[in-house]
Amino acid sequence: MSHDVVSGLVAVTVVTVATLAIGYWGLRFSRTTSDFFVASRTVRPRLNASAISGEYLSAASFLGVAGLVLAFGAEMLWYPIGWTAGYLMLLVLVAAPLRRSGAYTLPDFAEARLGRRVRAMCSVLVVAIGWLYLLPQFQGAGITLHAAVGLPEWVGPAIVGLVVLANVSAGGMRSITFVQAFQYWLKLTALLVPAVVVLVVWFGDGAPGVPEADGAWSIPLAGGGWEGLYTTYSLIIATFLGTMGLPHVVVRFYTNPDGRGARRTTVVVLALLGLFYLLPPVFGALGRVYGGDLVTAGRSDVLVLELPGVMLSGLAGELLTGLVTAGAFAAFLSTSSGLVIAVGGVLAQDVTSRLWPRRGMDGIVAFRAGAALAVLVPLAVAILLPHVGVARAVGLAFAVAASTFCPLLVLGIWWRRLTDVGALAGLLAGGLGCGAAVIWVLADGTGDGVGAVLLSQPAAWSVPLAFLTMVVVSLATSARVPGNTRRFMVRLHTPESIDLDRGPG
Amino acid sequence: MSEPRPQRVRVTGPPRRPVPSRRTDDIAEETRLGAVYLSSLMSAQLALALRVGAVLAVLVGSLPLVFHLLPGLARVSVLGLPLSWLVLGVLVYPVLVVLGWVYVRGAERNESAFAELLDESGQQDG
Repeated sequence: MSHDVVSGLVAVTVVTVATLAIGYWGLRFSRTTSDFFVASRTVRPRLNASAISGEYLSAASFLGVAGLVLAFGAEMLWYPIGWTAGYLMLLVLVAAPLRRSGAYTLPDFAEARLGRRVRAMCSVLVVAIGWLYLLPQFQGAGITLHAAVGLPEWVGPAIVGLVVLANVSAGGMRSITFVQAFQYWLKLTALLVPAVVVLVVWFGDGAPGVPEADGAWSIPLAGGGWEGLYTTYSLIIATFLGTMGLPHVVVRFYTNPDGRGARRTTVVVLALLGLFYLLPPVFGALGRVYGGDLVTAGRSDVLVLELPGVMLSGLAGELLTGLVTAGAFAAFLSTSSGLVIAVGGVLAQDVTSRLWPRRGMDGIVAFRAGAALAVLVPLAVAILLPHVGVARAVGLAFAVAASTFCPLLVLGIWWRRLTDVGALAGLLAGGLGCGAAVIWVLADGTGDGVGAVLLSQPAAWSVPLAFLTMVVVSLATSARVPGNTRRFMVRLHTPESIDLDRGPG
Repeated sequence: MSEPRPQRVRVTGPPRRPVPSRRTDDIAEETRLGAVYLSSLMSAQLALALRVGAVLAVLVGSLPLVFHLLPGLARVSVLGLPLSWLVLGVLVYPVLVVLGWVYVRGAERNESAFAELLDESGQQDG
């Protein structure tokens, strides 16, 4: 057993134990069903912002961005920008009203605004997007443990799945909030310390430049004429607008004490994400100088894990390798926890609590059953089909969210004439359009034609299509505008300081 | 003979919950006047959101187009770093935080103006 293996093993064990310990400590605060779903809506902005950022920074942020920058250059810097700017769009368009809506989950919002039929469709979409996003977290854990410790690829998903399930079902949202806040600071440290060290080493080496100083690597555009421009703008639209529709992001906003708190929390999140995203490009750029052979070997995804070891020998390299491995594992755990909370919450409300209605399953038991279902399905897929092309499909999760929940939230909050039929039509148009792209990409679609370009990055056409369908069909069915629309708008937009009857919740 | 005992007086404080003003009633009861108040708040908030979105589009969204139209920019370097990396990797993030902060200030100002409007009229009418 080499030393690298020891440091990796220690790192994974420490993160796992710390996660379970903090989750257990958070248990003492979890009592009621409301604690489980939304931490009883009393999480203060600074703690909540750390938790939101900790949950949001997934494997893609921790490992993926640096690897993509190494392989493809400045064009890939749009991913972290989009993932951060998505929170700005969420802040200005939905944060406070969404909090004030008083609903537990996205389907709750849809039902309160538009009725039961829209709810059912939203539940299906939440589960679909959540599972699409959980799959690569599990697979990333498998790849990391395989690279760092040499364990078989099914071990990583199994560990992450079990730890997340234990934490989530034991303490729900309340204890996960502490775990995720801890994991943000762990991930930041795990990238910041190695980044500073490798930068010092790089200066010590006389700050060598990128070997082949080609201009293309520095152009922040996908290559080739209008297609590159289309691909880049489509990516921008998907990430800027998709963030507000991700189920694990949305569910977090219900944990703020009020609309004002939701806004202030989001600004802190913007700062925390911006701070974190300064770091992956450092690894990407230095990887180009020191680790260029990772690209030719097709292993650019493990750049963050291997760069410290490549640049530093001996104990220092091993310690830093252990640190980044710990950070990567924290990324899998925190994002998976958030997704399991969101998907499990929806499954609990719409599936497991209805399975045995006569026995009167109580809320917490239903939540635990929902969480188990939320973990087991993608876990089985990750273990049985380890090499499905999901890495590309994850980018599409943002596109699906942008083409479905984004129009529903934006129009639902700001446009009084939205009808249930209009919303359903728009969700179908955006969902089917993007769904076709997901299936095409999963089936390893490649090609050069216009169709291939449009399918591989669908947001630029599917988002306007969904908005347009919702507006046109709503106008055509204007008799169906829900009777409670104005009352609901009052609730969404008036500040809590004004004494009004806001209805239950 | 002792003096007659003074009558017992019940001491009460001012009502804990302020009696809702007329204009909050207007909003809650969905009168036409209430609808006007709510619309004014919503359009102020939406206009603010769209302004922030427009600034974001101009400052950040325009970058791919700028680099597409001026490919020479990719070779410009500032302080030893390529300009594109400096802008996309570093400078964008403070811009996003400042935009968010400006929005929060504006949105809270809109809301307190709305609350004052209801309050003032409540005092005048009631």
